[in-house]
Amino acid sequence: MSSIEERVKKIVAEQLGVKEEEVKNEASFVEDLGADSLDTVELVMALEEEFETEIPDEEAEKITTVQLAIDYVNSNLG
Amino acid sequence: MSVNGKVALVTGASRGIGAAIADHLGAEGAVVVGTATSESGAEKITARFAEKGIKGVGKVLDVADADSVATLLKEVQADFGAPAILVNNAGITKDNLLMRMSDDEWFDVINTNLSAIYRLSKGCLRGMMKARWGRIINISSVVGSMGNAGQSNYAATKAGVAGFARALAKEVGSRGITVNTVAPGFIDTDMTKELSEEQKELMLSQIALGRLGQPEEIAAVVGFLASDAGGYITGDTLHVNGGMYMA
Repeated sequence: MSSIEERVKKIVAEQLGVKEEEVKNEASFVEDLGADSLDTVELVMALEEEFETEIPDEEAEKITTVQLAIDYVNSNLG
Repeated sequence: MSVNGKVALVTGASRGIGAAIADHLGAEGAVVVGTATSESGAEKITARFAEKGIKGVGKVLDVADADSVATLLKEVQADFGAPAILVNNAGITKDNLLMRMSDDEWFDVINTNLSAIYRLSKGCLRGMMKARWGRIINISSVVGSMGNAGQSNYAATKAGVAGFARALAKEVGSRGITVNTVAPGFIDTDMTKELSEEQKELMLSQIALGRLGQPEEIAAVVGFLASDAGGYITGDTLHVNGGMYMA
């Protein structure tokens, strides 16, 4: 079983079509990884499926970087 | 037949245009979920599908109620999978001169005809985005473009759905999802049977083809938009009115 960090980064790489090594913890989805607003919605959908949870819209909006996604998963599902 | 095996959700499928659309998509091989407002209506749809050899069922849905929409979508997902084709057809009229219109007449029509499209489209988008393929088809009315005295509420919703389609088409086009509007003119249904002979005569005089349209003639256009053949049309309104109104 991979760590939460690895699973999050794998999903980010898949969803945004970037290499996994580009997915740094501090990377912003929009500014660094080239996501548009719809990509970020899809990314949250993918995270919800991977971690079998529902992320409320007001929380989803705050998940703007790789680290914030990891933090969210860790604090809500850890 | 490109809709073959795809799940199609058609609201207001008991009679009239919605029934024709559901049957048409079913005949093309789609798995159809047709909705009705009552349990008996839903059972009749199921029976009609069985009789015609269409895969699918009738389900109860109050499009004006968010919980009812959520329940339906959950059931459809579990029984058939996510809808790839959504036809927002259910609609009501509560005609009155604006000077006499009550808040209920206004808000009921807005809620059923316009807000329902927001609820259902939002609920179905996740599956369509994942599939990278989807069709949302809203049934509007010629009245949304032409106007009609006594129908300010209805006309507002029917113009509204076309604007909704244009905006959503831009949002989700990159994911292979098209969003369109079909605007029927006067079609031979229960809704138009209520009109007086005099009103009918007047109406026919304004229609280039000189006759009412048949529900199947709307269904065929919806079927085209749902198929791969209609795949490059999005954000558009197709007018199907026998030349009553030429956009």
